[in-house]
Amino acid sequence: MSSDEIEILVNGQPRMARIGQAVSELLSELELDGRLVVVELNRQILRRGELSEVKLEPGDRVELVNFVGGG
Amino acid sequence: MTTTLEEVGAGVRDEPLTIADRTFRSRLIVGSGKYRDSEEMVRAIRAAGADMVTVAVRRVDLDASKEESLLHWLDPEEFFVLPNTAGCYTADEAIRYARLGRASGLTDWVKLEVIGDQATLLPDTDELLKATRILVDEGFTVLPYTNDDLVTALKLEEAGASAVMPLGSPIGSGLGLLNPVNVRILKDRLSVPVIVDAGVGTASDACITMEQGADAILMNTALAEAERPEIMADAMRMAVEAGRLAYLAGRMPRREWAVPSSPLGGMLS
Repeated sequence: MSSDEIEILVNGQPRMARIGQAVSELLSELELDGRLVVVELNRQILRRGELSEVKLEPGDRVELVNFVGGG
Repeated sequence: MTTTLEEVGAGVRDEPLTIADRTFRSRLIVGSGKYRDSEEMVRAIRAAGADMVTVAVRRVDLDASKEESLLHWLDPEEFFVLPNTAGCYTADEAIRYARLGRASGLTDWVKLEVIGDQATLLPDTDELLKATRILVDEGFTVLPYTNDDLVTALKLEEAGASAVMPLGSPIGSGLGLLNPVNVRILKDRLSVPVIVDAGVGTASDACITMEQGADAILMNTALAEAERPEIMADAMRMAVEAGRLAYLAGRMPRREWAVPSSPLGGMLS
């Protein structure tokens, strides 16, 4: 682990992120469309406008959810 | 919003299904789960004539190769998308999922499911009531999936549910409407729409359910697991309409003995 990297959990899986990385940058890295994905950070839902403002911190638990087929 | 009358069949007038402040063309609501592929799903949903479609809230599959999102197939301009809380076992969990669904920006409606038992998928009505109260307070339009018990249904209505969704039989069972009497009792005593959710297996089940006076039916597996979903969806659309019309028409009384249809008089000696 280099010193400018932090470990976070994304959908329950450990993942490295950069210090100061915005949530929106994480979405781009994962090739996800921020308009179709809802982001929950440490059990708090982020509004779309917040995605580029909120920076990732070590140990953050990020949940990325979307709609799937269901009854 | 005012309810306008519309023609639904030869000379019979029906009011469209209205839930909260929204009016729907179809009394058949469908799920989007378990189809073999998305194309088949959309073809079936269109054949069903449904304008409301349920969806589930789940983690994005980060390992899957980039597939089209569900909303690419279910255009929110064409369909009213209703997020559910399927798979939740506590009020807290269901509330979390409901909020995530609303954060999509599409709707503040939720089909509220709080399951109490894995094998039967029957609802936990204590947790359901608790979640209904909290979500109604938060401004959601709540459509709770419940059992067909009148007392629970009345409590859900009192708690502010915009419709009550009793099961016909367990989710995915295809056993049809096991207790038609309870649907009639619910219809008699509730002011909010009664939408029978779960249990329909084939078209006759849908027809019998609508004949009891149910305001609408929500189904998923009966279409998705049919050998030919699009054709079953066609059948279901007609069955729901037929059952609704039969209900409005008012059926003849049941009798234990025959009554001749032809005149008794005028017989040859």
